[in-house]
Amino acid sequence: MTSTQRINQEGINKTELDQLDRKERYTLFGLTVPYLALVFGLIIIPIGWLFYMSFIGRDETLSLENYQRIWNSKAYLRIFKTTFQISLLTTLFCVLFGYPLTYFMSQLSNRWANICMIGVLIPFWTSLLVRTYAWLVLLQKKGLINTLAVDWGLWAEPIKFVHNTSGTLIGMVHIMLPFLILPLYANMRTIDKDCLKAAANLGATPTRAFWTVFFPLSLPGLFAGLLIVFVLCLGFYVTPALLGGGKVIMVAMKISDNIELYYSWGAASALGVVLLGVTMIILFIASKLVSIDQLGNRS
Amino acid sequence: MGIWNSSVSETQIKFKNRLWLYIIAMIILFLLIVPSLVVIPMSFSDSQYLEFPPESYSTRWYENYFYSIDWLQATWTSVKVGVLTIFLATPLGIMAAYGLVNSNAKIRSILFPIMISPMMVPVILVAIGLFYFYVQFNMVNSILGLVLGHSLIAMPLVLIIVLSALSNYDMNQEKVARSLGASRLRAFFEITLPQIKFSIVSASLISFLTSFDEVIISLFVSGGDNSTITRSMFLALRDQIDPTIAAISTILIIISSVFLILTQTFGSPKD
Repeated sequence: MTSTQRINQEGINKTELDQLDRKERYTLFGLTVPYLALVFGLIIIPIGWLFYMSFIGRDETLSLENYQRIWNSKAYLRIFKTTFQISLLTTLFCVLFGYPLTYFMSQLSNRWANICMIGVLIPFWTSLLVRTYAWLVLLQKKGLINTLAVDWGLWAEPIKFVHNTSGTLIGMVHIMLPFLILPLYANMRTIDKDCLKAAANLGATPTRAFWTVFFPLSLPGLFAGLLIVFVLCLGFYVTPALLGGGKVIMVAMKISDNIELYYSWGAASALGVVLLGVTMIILFIASKLVSIDQLGNRS
Repeated sequence: MGIWNSSVSETQIKFKNRLWLYIIAMIILFLLIVPSLVVIPMSFSDSQYLEFPPESYSTRWYENYFYSIDWLQATWTSVKVGVLTIFLATPLGIMAAYGLVNSNAKIRSILFPIMISPMMVPVILVAIGLFYFYVQFNMVNSILGLVLGHSLIAMPLVLIIVLSALSNYDMNQEKVARSLGASRLRAFFEITLPQIKFSIVSASLISFLTSFDEVIISLFVSGGDNSTITRSMFLALRDQIDPTIAAISTILIIISSVFLILTQTFGSPKD
């Protein structure tokens, strides 16, 4: 190849262009640096350190004792059991309440759907503490729900709903419901209504068209929603701490107690690593099912 | 007949056969919205106890709030931290989103999961990690520590919002501006920014609200004079039930409703 040919092929100012190209790439990468620096400095390094701490025993040497304690202690196992039970039940109730409502919204015209959407967004935007406090007011022995239920003869004696599992569950379902509805709604809106028309045209009853056409198409959104709800429940702290009244102890609360009350970083870190591990596995499964930016999209 | 027999779905189902769905949906919407509103009548109660409905009404809990230096100080801290979070999280989020959109798919697929990791990691871990970090650098109970922590969890939201705005935006417009002699910066500020400004407004509002509502990080890294309102509320709710919380909750509901209306009006003109 002669030099003229090469110049024609690569362009006369290839080196300069390459340089500009590289400069451009560095500039663009540079824009992400402050963001990445914050994430590395304040999340990845501290969590790396927690990971290290979880392998440090009481005598300041490397050991597995923190993990062995989790595995051998009945108290810790019970905490994990409670956490899973509450998370599973919350997710289940969120699906039971969220799916019909979202389906209903997906069938409405844009205008009405947006009005209903505001109904979903209001609680979503209301402070977690306010909503937890509201349930504390509603559910207690002299609260509105007990007063009405006794007046109407639904149950004879006021039932204690707060400071136990049922109160925690009610509060958590209320708080988590929008996290299920939002991704599910985004998914249902994309389902082509012509598919249902086609099913009806081929003689399917509405029920059959729903179960064989609509429901399977809504599954990615449903999975995205229920996995995000489940994951958020696993690490939940505020509502169980307030509505559980110290009787419902979930992993996040135990982590916090270990640090605030016992100043035991090793035990807290080991619990944290287990929690993080479970969360990551679930999110990994979720990312295989749906695109990752659908998870936890708040707007 | 009319609406009663009109069909409501693509499968020709009649409205009257669908009535149950409408009723269920209305009940669920009711359960979503109404419980939080119970704090409004509560806040005007005259009683010390959590009675509902209140027997007599007064504004004493509002007076309690507005005359309490502690509560006002905590509110001021939260507002300050929220505003500073907007100024840190929004620019960093926009810069990162811009960098990400213009880089190749491989870099994107590596950086994006790292960037949204603050959203994926359980908040309790972020909080104790920050707590440890701040202890080393003497940043516990500082405004800076709170702003950094809150920005960390607000940035992924900004990133996702701006990314989705930029994905609907044709970057060639910037190339045109640059071929006409504008610098990249000028092209961005004069061509791109005006077209994604609504997303940026909603991203800023969401940053503020994320910070303002944040409980767990505040619980660990704030305290003393720089205690946030959420931290004070959490501790008050855990230790004793003070009806002042109902008054504060009512104020918070008003604030978030205003923010919701603002984002719905200015944030997304398309929907």
